[in-house]
Amino acid sequence: MASITLSKVFKSYGSGKTANQVIHGVSAEIHDGEFVVVVGPSGCGKSTLLRMVAGLEEISGGEISIGSRVVNDLEPSERDIAMVFQNYALYPHMSVFDNMAYGLKIARVPKDEIKARVDKAAKILELGQYLNRKPRELSGGQRQRVAMGRAIVRQPQVFLFDEPLSNLDAKLRAHTRLEIQKLHRDLGITSLFVTHDQVEAMTLAQRMIVMNAGIMEQFGTPEEVYARPASTFVATFIGSPPMNLIKEAPGAKPGVTVGIRPEHLDITDSGWALTVDALETLGAERLVYGRWQHGEGYELVIIRCDEGRPVPQLGSTIHVTPRPDRLHYFDTTTGKRI
Amino acid sequence: MVERRPVLTFVSHLILVLGIIIIAFPLYLTFVASTQTAEQITQSIPMSLVPGTNLIETYRTALFGGETSAGSNLSGAARMMWVSLVTALIIPIGKTTISLLSAFAIVYFRFPFRNTVFWLIFITLMLPVEVRIGPTYEVVASLGMLNTYAGLTIPLIASATATFLFRQFFLTVPDELVEAARIDGAGPMRFFRDVLIPLSATSIAALFVIQFIYGWNQYLWPLLMTTHEDMYPVVMGIKRLLGGEAYTEWNVVMATAILAMLPPALVVILMQKWFVKGLVDTEK
Amino acid sequence: MEKRVRFKSRWLPWVLVAPQLAITLIFFYWPAAQALLQSVMMDAPFGGSLEFVGLDNFRQLFNDPDYLASFRTTAIFSILVAVCGLSISLLLAVMANRVVRGERFYKTLLIWPYAVAPVVAGVLWVFMFASPMGVIAFWLQAVGINWNHLLNSNHAMTLIIIAAVWKQISYNFLFFLAGLQSIPKSLIEAAAIDGASPWRRFWTIVFPLLSPTTFFLLVINVVYSFFDTFGIIDATTKGGPGKDTSILVYKVYYDGFKAMDMGGSAAQSVILMAIVVTLTVIQFRFVEKKVQY
Repeated sequence: MASITLSKVFKSYGSGKTANQVIHGVSAEIHDGEFVVVVGPSGCGKSTLLRMVAGLEEISGGEISIGSRVVNDLEPSERDIAMVFQNYALYPHMSVFDNMAYGLKIARVPKDEIKARVDKAAKILELGQYLNRKPRELSGGQRQRVAMGRAIVRQPQVFLFDEPLSNLDAKLRAHTRLEIQKLHRDLGITSLFVTHDQVEAMTLAQRMIVMNAGIMEQFGTPEEVYARPASTFVATFIGSPPMNLIKEAPGAKPGVTVGIRPEHLDITDSGWALTVDALETLGAERLVYGRWQHGEGYELVIIRCDEGRPVPQLGSTIHVTPRPDRLHYFDTTTGKRI
Repeated sequence: MVERRPVLTFVSHLILVLGIIIIAFPLYLTFVASTQTAEQITQSIPMSLVPGTNLIETYRTALFGGETSAGSNLSGAARMMWVSLVTALIIPIGKTTISLLSAFAIVYFRFPFRNTVFWLIFITLMLPVEVRIGPTYEVVASLGMLNTYAGLTIPLIASATATFLFRQFFLTVPDELVEAARIDGAGPMRFFRDVLIPLSATSIAALFVIQFIYGWNQYLWPLLMTTHEDMYPVVMGIKRLLGGEAYTEWNVVMATAILAMLPPALVVILMQKWFVKGLVDTEK
Repeated sequence: MEKRVRFKSRWLPWVLVAPQLAITLIFFYWPAAQALLQSVMMDAPFGGSLEFVGLDNFRQLFNDPDYLASFRTTAIFSILVAVCGLSISLLLAVMANRVVRGERFYKTLLIWPYAVAPVVAGVLWVFMFASPMGVIAFWLQAVGINWNHLLNSNHAMTLIIIAAVWKQISYNFLFFLAGLQSIPKSLIEAAAIDGASPWRRFWTIVFPLLSPTTFFLLVINVVYSFFDTFGIIDATTKGGPGKDTSILVYKVYYDGFKAMDMGGSAAQSVILMAIVVTLTVIQFRFVEKKVQY
């Protein structure tokens, strides 16, 4: 097992003046045995980062080490990693067994050990009865498990996951999330998991890296990221519905954006006056979309109320009060937390 | 179909059956002729449309040659069938091999002049041997390859169709497979052998069928290339049976024609799925 | 389209392309260069030396009524082969696509002529039209047509067209059938609900949607009749009567190997190559377009 160290990692495509930089100096230290999720919108560079760790993309600048080894110039197979791909990348013409065993065969692992390792992985993943099938004869969830099995049998220092759940339906995804958690508990292998889904990130991560436009916006535990977002980007990206950001909030200093999460706004008898624009009922809770008129423009403010509260009338005026200890302040120009 | 129109359906079947009859008629007639004697064919006007009784005799002569009833001395088609078979196997095997390799290099490697190599090969895509027969003949002759299998086949292997086909196929193979293979520690040739070739199996089969027919049916090239009787392919042999000296042994000609048609026709009919795939893929 | 990941090696890709490159250079570029060279050279009348004559060979060609006639013959031949071949195959494909039962059966019985070598196709048809025992020649006689493709150029042209079309029907049929089957059924059904008759549906919906296939086949058929029909002609008319069915490829062969005029033949080769390259470019443009939508 090993830690992963990224120090000032840069990635650009092309060279000279036409170079297109996509990762702008990311530094992070992932501890031994930790499960870290990299989350961000599509195109933020999170997959590129993962692929650089895997050795599938060259590193344009900086250094990546796995354990105590700098791996910049090592082939993927020499880095002691295993990767689970979004579309699983199973070899379509090989049986489940051969898919899992292929890497070991190339590494000239003795036959009976290959068999032992594959059988063990198959047992963990409940794939035992499918070992002779071809990938096309399996369901999406089963294929996903084969892809994980292929990673497990290698007994690597590091697991890399590239959006492995995005091809599953919602129910299976939730189930597989739990399986991955359990697997990590049992094997304790350092894992780097890339996703664009914040729910996956929040539920799986011990710590998470939030990325945007090639920059690491925040690196912290899910609780930290949620409670103290480092920037307006993180504030709106994590949490659904997103945090309300109000630029010219009553009583705030100029140049400061005030943030408040929908659940930290209470409907009270007095306070900000909002016009009810729309209502969404989600079962256990209700979202109220309030329109706050100020000057020429207006802003939409989302309020989350528990079920059982009186339902405001559409078009009526309500008053809300934020919980003062849950207010966030950001610099309007840089977007950074103050 | 969308709605029921019994009359239209009947007409459709009728047209199809008529089409098949017209298309198959020459074949039927060929067969009938091959069951008669040369005299029966030429002396009845028109020739009889029912099979005769000379089937075995005609095919024996066609295959193994010998003195015919009309007195001409024919060499049999057996040797020519063999030449055809060898040619028709070397061409697809050679083509598939060199094309798989070069397509692999072009798709999976970055190397200097890659684009130049690509275009050098791809310009030949549609230029058939027919348009450059003269100079190609001279090249082959100066290499001492006249009357050899090498001469019969290698110049026909130089075509980009197959390379293009495999390139197109390789481009559809997901990148993740290469990445997975790299993580598994497979080098380029290992990946080529263990992953790419098995995945290309149907394309290879399809190409093989098409190129087999192509090789078997070559005519102009062997016509120039071969001067020794034991290097004639059967397709060319038929032509030589025709109208050489005064008398054409039509029954033997037709039996040889059937023999020459049989292997490729069987391949088309029995391997219909691959044949259709090969046809569609190579022309895209 | 490019691959995201590539293998790295300085020498391996060269080893991999070497066989194909070698064969292409030796049997394609070298002869092509030779053809270009020869097309501007002429054999000295006595002795083996060559003389540079510039574009004389080409000038001579385009002043040669035989060559111009051969161009015209080729044009007529290929247009008729393409038009007849395409119409018949389209009819058969539409019918085969219509019938629910027996499509596979019909398909199997219609595709085998593809496997027949052109020269064998030629032999098959010349046998039916040959006098005196030819069956079709006899029937034509009965209706008052005195068939003789050895003397009558129209008869000769008809014969090679029939043989060429016969052999190409399978190919066209398969592509038309594939094209028809790729037309979404919902479109036809929508038109049927709009009250369009089968005839009208065909001309307003099916045929326009089939136009990429048709265009593709048109080019292929032209190329086919330009080059692959050599065997048919050699087995039936030998370019005769006179030179009335001597298409360009046949003339290249005849001039180069029978009349031994290498310079003239090479110049013809160069012109043929130019024609093919043009057709290839057209084809490529078309394929690119097809990929885009």
